[in-house]
Amino acid sequence: MKRVYVNEEWCLACHLCEYNCAFANSGMKDMVKALKGKKIYPRIQVEVGTDENSRAISFAVSCRHCEEPLCVKACITGALHLEDGVICSDKDKCVGCYTCILSCPYGCIMPSEEGNVIQKCELCTKNENGTPACVQGCPNKAIVFEDRGVPSAEQAAVEDAENEDSGE
Amino acid sequence: MDSCKYIIIGNSSAAIGCIEGIRTLDKDGSIIVLSTEKYQAYSRPLISYLLEGLTTEKHMLLRDHSFYKNNKVDFRPETEVVAIDAGKKTVKLADGTTIGYEKLLNATGSRPFVPPMGGLDTMPEYFTFLTLDSAKALEKAINKKSHVLIIGAGLIGMKCAEGIADRVADVTIVEMAPRCLPTNLEEDGSAIIQKQMEVHNVHFILGDSVKQFTPDFPKGNPAQTGTGKSPLGGTALTNNGKTLTFDVLVCAVGVRPNTQLIEGAGGKVEKGIVIDENCKTTLPDIWAAGDCVLSYDISADMNRILALLPNAYMQGESAGINMAGGTKPYTKALPMNSAGFFGLHMVSAGSYTGKCIDAGKPAVKAHGDIPASAAEYRKFWIDNDQLKGFIIIGDVKRSGIYTSIIREKIPLSTIDFDAIKDEPQLLAFSRQKRDKILSAKDDTPATSWNFAIQ
Repeated sequence: MKRVYVNEEWCLACHLCEYNCAFANSGMKDMVKALKGKKIYPRIQVEVGTDENSRAISFAVSCRHCEEPLCVKACITGALHLEDGVICSDKDKCVGCYTCILSCPYGCIMPSEEGNVIQKCELCTKNENGTPACVQGCPNKAIVFEDRGVPSAEQAAVEDAENEDSGE
Repeated sequence: MDSCKYIIIGNSSAAIGCIEGIRTLDKDGSIIVLSTEKYQAYSRPLISYLLEGLTTEKHMLLRDHSFYKNNKVDFRPETEVVAIDAGKKTVKLADGTTIGYEKLLNATGSRPFVPPMGGLDTMPEYFTFLTLDSAKALEKAINKKSHVLIIGAGLIGMKCAEGIADRVADVTIVEMAPRCLPTNLEEDGSAIIQKQMEVHNVHFILGDSVKQFTPDFPKGNPAQTGTGKSPLGGTALTNNGKTLTFDVLVCAVGVRPNTQLIEGAGGKVEKGIVIDENCKTTLPDIWAAGDCVLSYDISADMNRILALLPNAYMQGESAGINMAGGTKPYTKALPMNSAGFFGLHMVSAGSYTGKCIDAGKPAVKAHGDIPASAAEYRKFWIDNDQLKGFIIIGDVKRSGIYTSIIREKIPLSTIDFDAIKDEPQLLAFSRQKRDKILSAKDDTPATSWNFAIQ
C-alpha cells in the first residue's frame, strides 16, 4: 500500500506541507481565503531541531498508517477504523477523549480545530484532493507517496491466512 | 445439545477484539456471543458523554449494526451463563440449557463494588453508573432541581459528575481519600482537576465517608407526594459529622472483576483471573480477557487489574488469535488513562515510581483562582534509565510518544529525553530509528517496530 515517506536530508523546513494539508482539508476552493490570517491545524507537522552533532535537521511527520494500529485498538468509541488500510476517524462517533493521542507512538493524531474531536491524516482520501496534498506540494521531494512493500492491514491479514494455508 | 466452535461470554471490548482476532485466521468457525445485556456491543465509558449530550446511543456502538452478521457471529443478548464445565466443555445458561464449545473466552468484565455503608440497604434506589441501563435509570431520576450525592471520586464518579452537572442543581462527591482521582493523580494534579470541577458546580467532601444513610421514604414504603421530599432522596451522615441532604444517590466507589465462572470451573483466580501471555487461563481451552483478569503491568513489573478499554481489546484480540490456532502474545500491558473534565484534559500512563521530574510551569491564574485550560502540568517518573510513568494536565499533544518510550522500555540514555520533556518529538530518537519510523528503511517494516503486539 502507498504511504507517505520522508527523505529527511531533503527537508527544507519550509512548512509548505502543513499549509497544503490545512488547505486540502479546509473544504474551501481558494487557498488565500482558507488560510490567510488564520491559525492552521494541519495533520502533518514539521519537526525542526538539531542532531547530536548540532547539525540542523527537519522532517515532516504524519500518520504512518500502521499495519497494526494501536490507536484503532485503543479507541474507546470505535471512531477510529481502517478503510482499505487507511486509518480513518468517524467524527460523529469521536468524543475527543484523546485515548488515541495517548496511544500513538509517533504523535500523529491531534485535536481538531474545534477541539471536541480528533483529526489525523487520511491520505487525502476523504477530501477533494484525492492524493496527499502535502506530497504534491513539497518542493524538494522531502516527502513522497510510495509503496515500500509494507502491506496494509487487510493485505497483511490475507498474507497471514495464505501462510497458514501453505503450512509455513 | 447446541454447540459451536467458539463461545464468548461477554460482549464488550474484549469480545470485539476476540471476534476480530479469530476472524483474521478462521473465517467460518462458528462463534456464539452470550451477553447478559440487551444491547449490541457499546462503549461503557461513553455513558457519561451520553448524559452530557456529547454522543448518542447509536454512536456509542463499538461497531456498526452489521458487525455480527459480517463476522458470522450468533449474538445472544440477555443470556446469562451460570456455570462452565471445563471437563465436558459446556456452558450452562440460566434457563437450564447447555451449549458445547471447543474454545471459550471468558470476557465477563467487572461489577460495581459497593462497600458496606450504614442504612444503604434501606435506600429505595441508588445508581452505580457502570452500564447503559444504569445511566438511563439515573437520567430518569434526575431533574434541574436535583441535589445529587456521588460516593467515590475515581474516574467513574468524576465522569458521572461531569455528565450530569449541567442537568441538575448541584453535585456533591464524597471521597475517602484526601483528594479526587487518588489512583490516577498526585496531590497537586488532583487539586487542579478539583478546581476545574468546582467551577462547574461539583462540590467535594474529601477524606470522609458516609456512616449512615437515612432515606426520606425507606425501601418498600411508597413515596408520598406533596411532602416536599424526594422519592429517592434522604440524608447522609459522614464520619466527620457532616449531614448531607440529597435527592439522588450514586455509588461509584470502584469495580470488582467477575471471576465467578472461572473460579467455579476450577481455574486459578487471585485478585483477578490468572492468565498467561497468550491470555489463556489455567483451564484447558479457556481464555480470559478484559476487566476480569489479572494483567502483567510492564511499567511496575507486577500483576494488577487493569480495567481499561484498550487493554481489554488487545487481550481479547490476542486470545482470539490464539483460540483460532495462531500465536499472538500480549506482553505490553500498562495503565493508561485519558480523560477530559469540562474541556481540561488529563493523560497518564505507567507507574509513578522512581525519581520524579517536574517539567511543568507554575500555575497560571487566568480567572481568579481557576486554572487556564493551558495549565502546564507535566510530571515524569524515571527509574534505572527508563521512563516509568507520566502525568500531563492541559496540553496533552503527542503524549503517545512518551507512552511508547515506557511500553518499549527504551533506555533513556539512547535518546535525548531532556529535549522532549516540554514537547514530545521524534527528534529525540536517533537518525536510524527515525528512518525506520518515517522511511521504512530497515529489514523490518517501519510501522511495526513498537507495537504492543508483535
